[in-house]
Amino acid sequence: MADQISDYYTLPLDDWIEFFVKDWLVPNFRPVFRAVQWPIDQVLNGLEDFLLWLPYPVFVVVIPLIAWRVAGRGVAGFTLLSLIFLDLLGIWRETMVTLAMIVTAVTFCVIVGVPLGILAARSDRFYSFIRPILDIMQTIPPFVYLVPIVMLFGVGIVPGVIATIIFALPPVIRLTNLGIRQVQAELVEAGLAFGSTRRQLLFEIQIPLALRTIMAGLNQTLMLSLSMVVIAALIGAGGLGLTVFTGLGRLDVGRASLGGIGIVLLAIMLDRITQALGEGGRSKAPGQKGSLTRVFKGIVQGSKAYNEKS
Amino acid sequence: MGADTVTAGTDEKVCVEHLFKIFGADPQDTIRRIREGASKDQIYADTASVAAVADVSFSVAQGEIFVVMGLSGSGKSTLIRCINRLIEPTQGRILLDGNDIVGMDVEGLRRLRLNKLSMVFQHFALFPHKTVGENVEYGLKIRGMSARERREKAVRALEQVGLAAYADVPPDNLSGGMQQRVGLARGLAVDPEIMLMDEPFSALDPLIRRDMQDELLVLQQQLRMTIIFITHDLHEALRIGDRIAIMKDGRFVQLGTPEEIVANPADDYVSAFTRDVDRSRVFRAYMLRGDPHALSSDTTIETALERFASLGRETLFMVDEDGRPLGVVRRHDLERGGEKTALRDSLIDDFPSAQGSQELIELYTACATGLPIALVDEAGRLEGIVDPLEVFRLLGGGSEESAEQASASAASGDTERSAIQTGPLEMRRSDHG
Ligand SMILES: Nc1ncnc2c1ncn2[C@@H]1O[C@H](COP(=O)(O)OP(=O)(O)O)[C@@H](O)[C@H]1O
Ligand SMILES: [Mg+2]
Repeated sequence: MADQISDYYTLPLDDWIEFFVKDWLVPNFRPVFRAVQWPIDQVLNGLEDFLLWLPYPVFVVVIPLIAWRVAGRGVAGFTLLSLIFLDLLGIWRETMVTLAMIVTAVTFCVIVGVPLGILAARSDRFYSFIRPILDIMQTIPPFVYLVPIVMLFGVGIVPGVIATIIFALPPVIRLTNLGIRQVQAELVEAGLAFGSTRRQLLFEIQIPLALRTIMAGLNQTLMLSLSMVVIAALIGAGGLGLTVFTGLGRLDVGRASLGGIGIVLLAIMLDRITQALGEGGRSKAPGQKGSLTRVFKGIVQGSKAYNEKS
Repeated sequence: MGADTVTAGTDEKVCVEHLFKIFGADPQDTIRRIREGASKDQIYADTASVAAVADVSFSVAQGEIFVVMGLSGSGKSTLIRCINRLIEPTQGRILLDGNDIVGMDVEGLRRLRLNKLSMVFQHFALFPHKTVGENVEYGLKIRGMSARERREKAVRALEQVGLAAYADVPPDNLSGGMQQRVGLARGLAVDPEIMLMDEPFSALDPLIRRDMQDELLVLQQQLRMTIIFITHDLHEALRIGDRIAIMKDGRFVQLGTPEEIVANPADDYVSAFTRDVDRSRVFRAYMLRGDPHALSSDTTIETALERFASLGRETLFMVDEDGRPLGVVRRHDLERGGEKTALRDSLIDDFPSAQGSQELIELYTACATGLPIALVDEAGRLEGIVDPLEVFRLLGGGSEESAEQASASAASGDTERSAIQTGPLEMRRSDHG
């Protein structure tokens, strides 16, 4: 009857992987993983503290203002209403925790992804090396690497962010690579013909011209990391994901929906604002950068004053 | 086989020797095939390699405008990009001021591009994320020049092309012609010794193209750069080139002055281009100059007739003591009119004159009088004569018949003044036909 190989023998690949991760990788490379964890932890905590310290009124005024500067009146109005609504639902704190997670994950995706993308654009060899890795990262279901991440980093919000980074990293790399490769050959030639170094070429010509595409990658990365919020809650990340997750656990549809609504609203706001940023990236708007920094300075000063008063 | 190497004395700025650029797997094998005389198509069919530049040699003198003309795909862009090594040559030498730049290291090459070379591109290649001023500043910025200094230089370069008012505008807002002026200003701002121009005017409308050509010539009068200029338009080449190389399938099939190329096309490929050239705009009066035999003002009719006979001429100029032409004497006027006692009585003082540098098109009206044209130097002295028949013969493309017709129409123009105005137009048409 039995005519399958597995009736006689199954390859113990699962044991091997477990052995590799548990008995070799974890004990030998613990310091490395700790070192990776540290900067993420710092950024995440700093950001979370900042967002929660920022008084609600300031937030509700400033974020729509930024949205208005960057993306116009429609998006600003939507942002304002969403922020008020999120508070009205009683999930403000969770929203801020999730926002801190997302922003941290995206920040690290950019820090790692943009240089890798630049490298891939400059070297065909590096690109052909990194391409299959990116393919795997994008096709492998995130549940698969949750377990090794827990083994390596433990549970908590930082491992959640790390899982998010792994999941959301590929678009930044891909689109940075694409953006730089797409810069018109004649423009690159012009840069070189006038004697640019590779560095000058990169910063004066290639990156500015690829900015639009890089921003599109950033936008995708942002959306992917939002979609990881719930999954990350599985391994101990808090925020809106946790709201959904506990709601699921208790079959509490109402609570789960609250979390869901929060994620969706956050996603739409971030998507519209970053998309508009990407579009503005190409057309020259030297005034914009200045006014944004002014806005941020204003936030900090205003918030300080507010907190001292109360 | 190869193209002729033209050596231009001691002031040669660029010298290219046996340059090859092969796109393909086994360049050395391809070079061997080229040396054995294989054609570009044959090589491509056999090896899938492209012989973009195949054994090209030439040199360009300081201050010269050297034009490379050829159809699309003939290797012009590849050739000019080898000169600043945007494309690595496969083999050969490229000497700039006597230094071979093939094999120069990255830093040396960069310094060379920074200090000596500059380039203007077919599709302008302006940086869309920078303003016009910033575009022009680019070459100075990467040299590390201070913001104020480079801005000043950029504005000066923009003034040269008449666009100083547009310094703070994004280049996309400008018309094609204006954009290429910006491209030109960007190239000029770095004070290049050698300017490489890859079909800079090909993307422009014909009228604007002509303006730009004139502007380039005016700029060149002031700046005296060494210019290597690529075009696929022979008219453009003839207008601006001091010398022209005709390129085909990676080789130079002819190299010479505009007049040489139009007068003696090397092969069918070249004559296919030159056929519809308006020769009257290419050739200049000095090219038809005949010996300036002349009579002095005190010559008697008898000696004049003797000189007519000995020179076998029908007309001769009379000059004053300084050699300035006073008028023309016709032989048959002397033989006919018995009652005249002095040579001066037969003098036609309403004679045509021209300067050697004038284009033949400007001589049409003069030719129509049927009299020889006096070529005078700047001081007004007779330095040669041009026979109208020679003009028609040259413009008629050497065909005897059309020269005949031309002289006939010129003769009728002699009596019928009104015909003079239409003469030149008809001439040009018969030239094209
Ligand atoms: N990077 C390349 N790879 C392969 N073939 C090329 C490459 N660049 C140019 N060629 C070929 O070299 C020849 C000359 O091209 P090019 O110098 O651009 O001609 P032109 O400027 O006269 O139109 C063409 O046959 C073209 O197809
Ligand atoms: Mg070309």
